[in-house]
Amino acid sequence: MGKKDPTWELRLYVAGKTPKSVTALSNLKKYCETHLKGSYTLEVIDLLVHPQLAEGDQIFAIPTLVRKVPVPIRKIIGDLSNEEKVLVGLDIRPVTKKV
Amino acid sequence: MKLQSIAKTQTGISGLDQVTGGGLPKGRPTLICGGPGCGKTLFSVEFIVKGAILYNEPGVFMTFEEKTEELVSNVASLGFDLEKLQSSKKIRLDYVYIERGEIEETGEYDLDGLFIRLEHAIDSIGAKRVVLDTIENLFAGLQNQGILRAELRRLFTWLKAKGVTAIITAEKGEGSLTRHGLEEYVSDCVIVLDHRMIDQVSTRRLRIVKYRGSAHGTNEYPFLIDDEGISVLPVTSLRLAREVSSQRISSGIKGLDEMLGNKGFFRGGSILVSGPSGTGKTSIASSFVQAACRRKERCIFFAFEESPPQIVRNMRSINLDLARYIRNGLLQFHSSHPTEHGLEQHLVTMYKMVRKFKPKVVVIDPITNLITVGIVRDVKSMLMRLIDMLQAEGITVMFTALAINNTTNDQADEAISSLVDTWIQVRDVEANGERNRGLFIMKSRGMNHSKKVREFVISDQGIGLVDIYVGPHGILIGSAREAQKLLHNEKGSGRTGKPAQRNPRLKQNGSTSKRKNKKAIK
Repeated sequence: MGKKDPTWELRLYVAGKTPKSVTALSNLKKYCETHLKGSYTLEVIDLLVHPQLAEGDQIFAIPTLVRKVPVPIRKIIGDLSNEEKVLVGLDIRPVTKKV
Repeated sequence: MKLQSIAKTQTGISGLDQVTGGGLPKGRPTLICGGPGCGKTLFSVEFIVKGAILYNEPGVFMTFEEKTEELVSNVASLGFDLEKLQSSKKIRLDYVYIERGEIEETGEYDLDGLFIRLEHAIDSIGAKRVVLDTIENLFAGLQNQGILRAELRRLFTWLKAKGVTAIITAEKGEGSLTRHGLEEYVSDCVIVLDHRMIDQVSTRRLRIVKYRGSAHGTNEYPFLIDDEGISVLPVTSLRLAREVSSQRISSGIKGLDEMLGNKGFFRGGSILVSGPSGTGKTSIASSFVQAACRRKERCIFFAFEESPPQIVRNMRSINLDLARYIRNGLLQFHSSHPTEHGLEQHLVTMYKMVRKFKPKVVVIDPITNLITVGIVRDVKSMLMRLIDMLQAEGITVMFTALAINNTTNDQADEAISSLVDTWIQVRDVEANGERNRGLFIMKSRGMNHSKKVREFVISDQGIGLVDIYVGPHGILIGSAREAQKLLHNEKGSGRTGKPAQRNPRLKQNGSTSKRKNKKAIK
């Protein structure tokens, strides 16, 4: 892996188990396992259950992936189907690809 | 879907509910669009605040533009305490922050997050009203317009299903109502706000472009934003079916009352005093005001030429003490430069002052100065509305108008002469090397008025009217008349006359002999 200790704190906001949410979650897990293995935490928040949480992270689109740590906060909306865009958006250096 | 005529939600915005015939369509979205600075946000804030305060309808204000703290401080100047309302759960503010630079889009998404937020906000306070200001910011923040449009359509359907009365604001677009064509989604009610400059004077206007299922006023209505929020001035109330009074009130000038069938003006009528400069129009108006104050009636004096202290000082020189009535609260002055606002704003200001002070008599001195801020047609329409409003309240109004020349078909006069009930003309009569004032009544509806030209005398005792001498030597006015009178008196009683001064002339005013003047001078 590249840098030593950045712990990635990721949050995925969904609203129920819609196909988009499911796709987004499985995509995200795949990328994380590939690029951030062992150094990330992923929290999935279902806004249908916790609607009050939408305001705090300024969520308006579903699904939204929020990178809480490292700062600054980054957001990616959509089903995360484009790996490259997600990695750029989260500012993850695709280390494994270089190898 | 309802089949009966649509239910309406009162906005609480002064005048708007009259124009819309009861408010905005209940349970439906209304689109408010206009250019920057036209008052969209304020309009929607007032809708929410008035709803919470007046109608006990909680409201959600979702802003995409201003942070809630900014919004709170911006509208505090209008006396809206959003924080207090929010803590008492009357309203709820939600700021949706969208910054394109911080958002990456990949693949399919929807705006469920926004829906959930909105629903949560609505449900948490039981909101009946919702404002989305300005939802168009989503267009700037999101790339995928296809998704956005589909989601907006869904949002408006959802709002309707939710049964909330909503206002959606949007920026005016080039050649279309809104920049992003929101009018295609919100089809129940569309209101356009406009802030335009005409001859460097700003005028705000409101127009209801569309109101499905309801009759509505179709004109452009002027509106005003001041420290009490928005006031829309409806002009639809323009009807010629008002109650009239046959009570008569004094003009404050004895001779003038005599000319008006010995009784004075009709209460609730409108009077125009026109004449060239320096003929004493303001003095006539001040006499009228003083007479009203003596009857313990409230008056408002709108001065567009002089400041209140100036008028008070000047009138003191002709024995009119206006300051006394200002002190005891019967007389209110409102002085402003004509160019300070547009015509409409002047009208709205007058309208509000009249509503507040509830005067019996209103004086506008002079209306011709208003022409500097509007074209004659506009001034006429404004005055028509003003007269209409005043007469509906039974208020007697006196306008003064400056006529540049002595012709009666001067533009300003003509524009409003058909509107007024009584038209008094003051004119210069130049003869024998001196300039005197003549006064006559051009018209006075509903009374047998004098057709004579009388000499109009202003002295430190006040205003008086004297008959002009018409005799074998022709028409005599001023000192020539004095001389003739002295001559006449000498012949008649043998005593010598007093010197030809203005004061004694005035004292004799009431006793001027009737046989001096039998003919009217044209």
